[in-house]
Amino acid sequence: MALTVAPGPNDHTVRSFDAELERLSNTVVRTGGVVEAQLAGAAQALIRRDSVLAAEVAARDVDVDVLEQDIQDHAIRLLALRQPVAEDLRQIVGALRIAGDLERVGDYAANVAKRSMVVNQSPPVRVVAALPRMLGLAQEIVKEVLDAYVERDVDRAVAVWHRDEDLDALHTSLFRELVSYMSEDPRNITACSHLMFIAKNIERIGDHATNIAEMVHYLVLGRPLRETRPRGEDFLPDPGSLPDPQV
Amino acid sequence: MNVQTKDSEQDHGYPDTTVGKPILESDIKVAARDVSVFYGEKQAIKSVSLDVAANEVTAFIGPSGCGKSTFLRALNRMNDTIDICRVTGDIRLDGEDVYDRKVDVVQLRARVGMVFQKPNPFPKSIFENVAYGPRIHGLVSHKSELEEIVHSSLERAGLLNEVKDRLDTPGTGLSGGQQQRLCIARAIAVSPEVILMDEPCSALDPIATAKIEELIDELRANYTIVIVTHSMQQAARVSQRTAFFHLGNLVEMGDTETIFTNPEHRLTQGYITGRFG
Repeated sequence: MALTVAPGPNDHTVRSFDAELERLSNTVVRTGGVVEAQLAGAAQALIRRDSVLAAEVAARDVDVDVLEQDIQDHAIRLLALRQPVAEDLRQIVGALRIAGDLERVGDYAANVAKRSMVVNQSPPVRVVAALPRMLGLAQEIVKEVLDAYVERDVDRAVAVWHRDEDLDALHTSLFRELVSYMSEDPRNITACSHLMFIAKNIERIGDHATNIAEMVHYLVLGRPLRETRPRGEDFLPDPGSLPDPQV
Repeated sequence: MNVQTKDSEQDHGYPDTTVGKPILESDIKVAARDVSVFYGEKQAIKSVSLDVAANEVTAFIGPSGCGKSTFLRALNRMNDTIDICRVTGDIRLDGEDVYDRKVDVVQLRARVGMVFQKPNPFPKSIFENVAYGPRIHGLVSHKSELEEIVHSSLERAGLLNEVKDRLDTPGTGLSGGQQQRLCIARAIAVSPEVILMDEPCSALDPIATAKIEELIDELRANYTIVIVTHSMQQAARVSQRTAFFHLGNLVEMGDTETIFTNPEHRLTQGYITGRFG
């Protein structure tokens, strides 16, 4: 992967600073790679009802935490020792923030894996077919936003930022579907509740991807992304649109 | 010799840019328009226009030889002392032309005081160092008045407590940081409106530097301060506005926060992040 720290007119006069910034950026990308793999593993575990794989994914979450800690330590060291300004400062603060978001995405992937183990103890629910679409989209969004970071590509970051709406829409419809399955047959409730949490976790992954997209915008241009977009956490379904639970 | 015109801003490829919040017309203390400074044939400042806001600290930054000190010295006509130096354009202090024939340069330099890179107290007592200005400018009629000015100036310069018991000892016997604060007291004693500082901390240790920086921040309430500094961190710490000079041009000026987080121009970015080629 061709990775560069955003190119300046020249490299730093103190070249070791360039090397340090590049190493920081590389660690963020490496963390992104691990998080992508975790998300793919969680998706496979859920879709194939593979509890062994799910357990592996859950156990590997610690790798992401270690990488995040590494980024945090490195960033703080650079802030203290180099007193960075302007784009250097933004690169470092960006790495710090993005690492935090990636760590959360990793947690959600591990959560999905853990819950899938519980879901596997119940008979398959039809609705599970809708989850792969959400997972697929979440994986695409995470991949795209990491590519945008690697390339320092603002247009791509903004495009990802808008795609989160699709994920929110999928979540909303899946939520409704799950509620109706639960109303149809109370024996579905345990599995469907877990699926509901899984769907929520995937939806949150999209929110963290949008955070990363906003950081890419900021670290490249030095100003925040100010457009407004409906956010996942604002998700409150219109009560009238939901099936009546008494039916 | 070609005198640069405003059109020539296009020539150097980077039109002067102002970032951040603009200075209100009523807040302008010093206004420079189309100012060029020549040393003989060599043009050291190329058609610079900028405003210095009252009761603010304005920092001039840029690599050595960029003209920031030359421009600073043009503001109180310190360059007049250099024979081959010629200044064109317009510099106004509260709307009055600084280079007008009728201007009394000595009076001007009392209104626009200066503090230099190396502390340069007179080889006289601490008291006399501060008393010298008010005395030659005829600002006092009684000895008690003079004592009052010396005390209040030393107080404002944050030095009184350290020297009040030895005002009759030589100023040169003080530490470097104290000497620089003595020079600031000397500048304040003649009630200036503007204080120009040319790298006032470059010969001082970090503690003495911190004291001067604290003092600069306090003085801002009563004076307008322009500081030339090689320390980017210092500019970031003490100033409200920063101007970046390069090869005699003003590349960019704006509020300090914007200059140090998101400068407009690649040259500024390159300089402040240490990428200058």
